[in-house]
Amino acid sequence: MKADAIALPRFHARLWPYVAAALGVAVLISVPNFAGLYQTQLLTYGLIMAIGALGFNLLLGYTGLLSFGHSAYFGLGAYTVAFLLQWLGIRSMELYILLGLPVVAIVSALFGYVCVRHTRIFFGILTLALSQVLYSLALKFFWVSGGTDGLRVKRPTLLAGMIDFAGSGGFSRFLVAYYYYVLGVFILSTAIIWVIVHSPFGKALQAIRDNETRARFLGLRVRRFRWAAFLLSGTFTGLAGILWAPLNGLTTPDVLYWPFSGEIVFMTLLGGFRNFFGPIVGGVAFTFIKTYAVASTEYWQLLLGTVLVVLVLLLPTGIVGVLVQVARRRVPMERS
Amino acid sequence: MSILVVQILNSLFYASVLFLIAAGLSLIFGVMRIVNLAHGSLFAVGAYIAAWLVGRAIAMGLPVVWLLLLMPVAALAVALLGIVIEPLLLRPFYRRAEEYQLLVTFGLLLILEDLMRLVWGGLPLTADTVMDAIPSVHIGALIYPGYNILVIGVGVAAAILLWVVIYGTKFGVLLRATSQDRRMAAALGLNVGLVYVAAFAVGCFMAGLGGAIVVPSHAAVLGMGIEALILAFVVVVVGGLGSLKGALVGALIVSFVRTAGIQFFPEIELAVLYLIAAFVLIIRPTGLFGTA
Repeated sequence: MKADAIALPRFHARLWPYVAAALGVAVLISVPNFAGLYQTQLLTYGLIMAIGALGFNLLLGYTGLLSFGHSAYFGLGAYTVAFLLQWLGIRSMELYILLGLPVVAIVSALFGYVCVRHTRIFFGILTLALSQVLYSLALKFFWVSGGTDGLRVKRPTLLAGMIDFAGSGGFSRFLVAYYYYVLGVFILSTAIIWVIVHSPFGKALQAIRDNETRARFLGLRVRRFRWAAFLLSGTFTGLAGILWAPLNGLTTPDVLYWPFSGEIVFMTLLGGFRNFFGPIVGGVAFTFIKTYAVASTEYWQLLLGTVLVVLVLLLPTGIVGVLVQVARRRVPMERS
Repeated sequence: MSILVVQILNSLFYASVLFLIAAGLSLIFGVMRIVNLAHGSLFAVGAYIAAWLVGRAIAMGLPVVWLLLLMPVAALAVALLGIVIEPLLLRPFYRRAEEYQLLVTFGLLLILEDLMRLVWGGLPLTADTVMDAIPSVHIGALIYPGYNILVIGVGVAAAILLWVVIYGTKFGVLLRATSQDRRMAAALGLNVGLVYVAAFAVGCFMAGLGGAIVVPSHAAVLGMGIEALILAFVVVVVGGLGSLKGALVGALIVSFVRTAGIQFFPEIELAVLYLIAAFVLIIRPTGLFGTA
């Protein structure tokens, strides 16, 4: 082994997440300059999903709990936006976020309080059952929720009403502006989640994930930590739903139905749930793969299902996991 | 009065179908410790195969009574599918974390849902000729389809047969031994792999049979499996995952609540079912009859 090969990794291991993040942000900022409007819109969807998956991964990757009901919080965020528009006539994106987040947080806290009494498979089933309560309500109370037709969500105003998109050409202006808006929220959310998982609180979650008994002996109140993780996780996934509704222009019960929870799990696994950046890569990659699969074949579920099975069989560490392995082989790094 | 009888019969009809699905799900979980998210889709495959077979048979001019025999044939086809799926997809996952098991069955669900669309198209497939062929029954002033009563009979027969097989035959002993302690069973010279295939095939057979007997009264439609899976989940959660008695009692509870719900509180009928499941999980995590 060469001398510099030993000196390099020390530097890399400490700084590579920050270098990668800075590079990633630089690329993301410049995207609308070279990519078309449609690609920019897709990437906006991808970043929204990335926020949702990052939130979801707080539970799966960092607390070791597999929720099969995260559609509940995503859908709740989306429906809250639609209701705020329909009942109160609110058009401001900031108000959507400010009013939507407490709603999602309260429901996550409620559902979480019930769910964290269990772990493993029962946790998964319980989260699924509770999410389907919301789904069936959205489906059956059609005079409130629009039933399967869903509710329309108009283009909101951004930055406290300073940017409005009424009039001609509003749609394309909205797409670009909304991309930067989502990018801003995405960077902020990622930074917050990064701080959370590297805080003592985050370390406690990982300790609980790795060995619950030992964590309890250390004096950690396991259930309370799981509850807090659940609350944070649901809230961030809900934030994704809040951002999603105005971009999609419509919210339907599909985002509350349990297969959508499966998609959230899918994208997190696709990126890799053992790595902080995995869900981001997964959220973006899944959005693009799904969009192109839907566009190119009527049988996109078949394609996605096959991808999922192959992924789980051969690449359980996901895209980022594989990249890290390849990088480790190239440059033997110190294990952090 | 006769409306009450009809409602009870409706509940029992529904309970029979749900029991077939849920008992298969429960059996598979009890023996293999896998929650099969694709179980509802296997039920749907049974429905599609049965409807397709009935359509073929009618085109060939077979007498209607013979059509009833096609139901177990469809169920057998689903069992064969299970025999292919288990070693190919599930076997690599027994030693791995539950997350992966759930995900691989979710992938299987996506694949099966689209395969059904690929093979049978997006339009509903019906087999109501079978339903019409069986004379209706008079209950007071009301007329009730005789076919539904036949389905109740199939449900009861399936429950009894399953009990006899699991508690009265050598195969049942093997199943229970594997379910209680897989490694011990293997150490005693039991071919655990074979037991797994058999258990999975039996579970698939029951799901397929459920689909086959429901198709003459309800058409086979896309998405029916996803809906059925959630109801089967409610059943096994209420009754206890891995418990046969639990599947039976759970199916009855869910069916009666649902029938009452459609009558009295249609908007929150489904929500009430999920809330019952959540409530049972909170006060008795293993369900009414579960032990694990």
